Amino acid sequence: MSNGLKPAEAEQPRLGKASTLTRFALIGVALAAVVGMFAYFGGWFTPNDLTPARFTDAFEHVDGVHSGFRRNHAKGVDVAGFFESNGNGVHLSKALVFQPGRVSVIGRFSLSGGQPYVADSPNTVRGLALQFSLSDGELWRTAMINLPVFPVSTPEAFYERLVASKPDPSTGKPDPAKMKAFLARHPETVRALTVIKSQAVSSGFDNSTFHSLNAFRFINAAGDSIPVRWLMTPMQPFEAASTASAPQDKNYLFDTLIAQIHRQPLRWHLMVIIGQPGDPTNDAAIAWPEGRQQADLGTLTLDRVESEQTSAATDINFDPLVLPAGIAPSDDPLLSARSAVYSQSFTRRAGETKQPSAITPADVRKGD
Amino acid sequence: MSSQSRQFTALSRLLHWTMAAMVLTMLCIGVAMVASLANYHVLVTIHRPLGIAILILVVVRFVNRLLNPPPPFPATMSRAERLAATASELTMYGLMFVLPLVGWGMLSAAHYPIALYRSLHLPFILPHNAMLYAVLRTAHTVLAYLFVLTFIAHFGAILFHTLVVKDGIIKRMAPWNIRRVEKETS
Repeated sequence: MSNGLKPAEAEQPRLGKASTLTRFALIGVALAAVVGMFAYFGGWFTPNDLTPARFTDAFEHVDGVHSGFRRNHAKGVDVAGFFESNGNGVHLSKALVFQPGRVSVIGRFSLSGGQPYVADSPNTVRGLALQFSLSDGELWRTAMINLPVFPVSTPEAFYERLVASKPDPSTGKPDPAKMKAFLARHPETVRALTVIKSQAVSSGFDNSTFHSLNAFRFINAAGDSIPVRWLMTPMQPFEAASTASAPQDKNYLFDTLIAQIHRQPLRWHLMVIIGQPGDPTNDAAIAWPEGRQQADLGTLTLDRVESEQTSAATDINFDPLVLPAGIAPSDDPLLSARSAVYSQSFTRRAGETKQPSAITPADVRKGD
Repeated sequence: MSSQSRQFTALSRLLHWTMAAMVLTMLCIGVAMVASLANYHVLVTIHRPLGIAILILVVVRFVNRLLNPPPPFPATMSRAERLAATASELTMYGLMFVLPLVGWGMLSAAHYPIALYRSLHLPFILPHNAMLYAVLRTAHTVLAYLFVLTFIAHFGAILFHTLVVKDGIIKRMAPWNIRRVEKETS
């Protein structure tokens, strides 16, 4: 070995016993600090904080684990079609989807809740999730529901409400005392529910208006950023949901939708509401004032329907933060939380064997 | 012997410390984002392009490693220690390459777009398949924890040699140029 391999320090006198122990202790402290750092970032010191996993556990706690299904909006049917942009959005957002022309869309109609075989009912919240495939390969996903405002403002309140809504095993219904206690703590939910109840529920998926609820930002080519919310307003005429007792067919909403799409394509206008300075972008429980400027950006046409068992949309996580350049998240705390929890739900179901969906390929063919 | 042979080349040291910072940041972001609701989106938005940056840099680093072999181990290191050091070096090179690739693959299998900057995004490298995603997603976590453990072993070994054996091993990778051997031994 050459001299160069023997650093001067190696020839220093050996350390005494006490000194060696001290140095080992120092190393121990340093390594513990590294482990502690990872544990800190991983949330190990704050076990009571809400995490995507705990959130998803709550859905499973309330509705049970249904192998292979989404933890929320578990019951659904997949659709496909296209979006035809009229170019009105070009000056608002540089997203390619708003250039005049057509992009293909796949999507999914669903009912809220974690039960994949639940009976259709007019008052169950309806969902429409869409994926727009832009010409440059970018994707835009949005998951909307048929409520004019969201019942809660924060992920924490959503979690609390979810846990309070767990059906009591003896009655099969949520414990009214728990829900009352929740509402007492959350006046914003009471206000939102008043708005929600003031709107008539439509008869089906086809004539439902679907809202983004969360605010987003549109950014145009000049770099101007404006707060927006979007909604899909149906071109099918409104008809109020029947007040008579629920139909015998437990899939009546989906069966009607399938028959309608087989008859003729269903269409919606993509409307954006443009917020003004001061309009809250971080609170989905509050509607923006009446009279805000709205723009019609184009028409969504859904002309195909497919069972989840065969559709590619089944393996899509309709994460609301899959956005193209030109659309950005707002400061709404629900957005990041939705993205996180959707991802957790997707990861869990992706690794599970899937049971047959309530709406089978045979159900979808029936209307043909 | 000249000081150059006792120390990694300047480029090697630059790559080491840059990537050390990137990888540590990456591992912290990784454990934090899976536990976070409020910061999930911003962390994911950093995690993906940072992972791709590591993937590119590790290729550069691998080529550099072939062109510029490391200086010899200090005489204070036993044969077993040298083997362990080489094995952990190989493991870390492997992980820096495989972890981002598994990440890219799993996002491809789930058809999650991987945005690098604005509308610039990566192509999908695997078919859309949820089960494939689930397997790769688990592998991503397991490999990340393996990286954490390898890092702790590496850090511990360096501390042991620096504080207890006192062989100045850290100087091989010191960001600054060490004094010439002639001066030290004279």
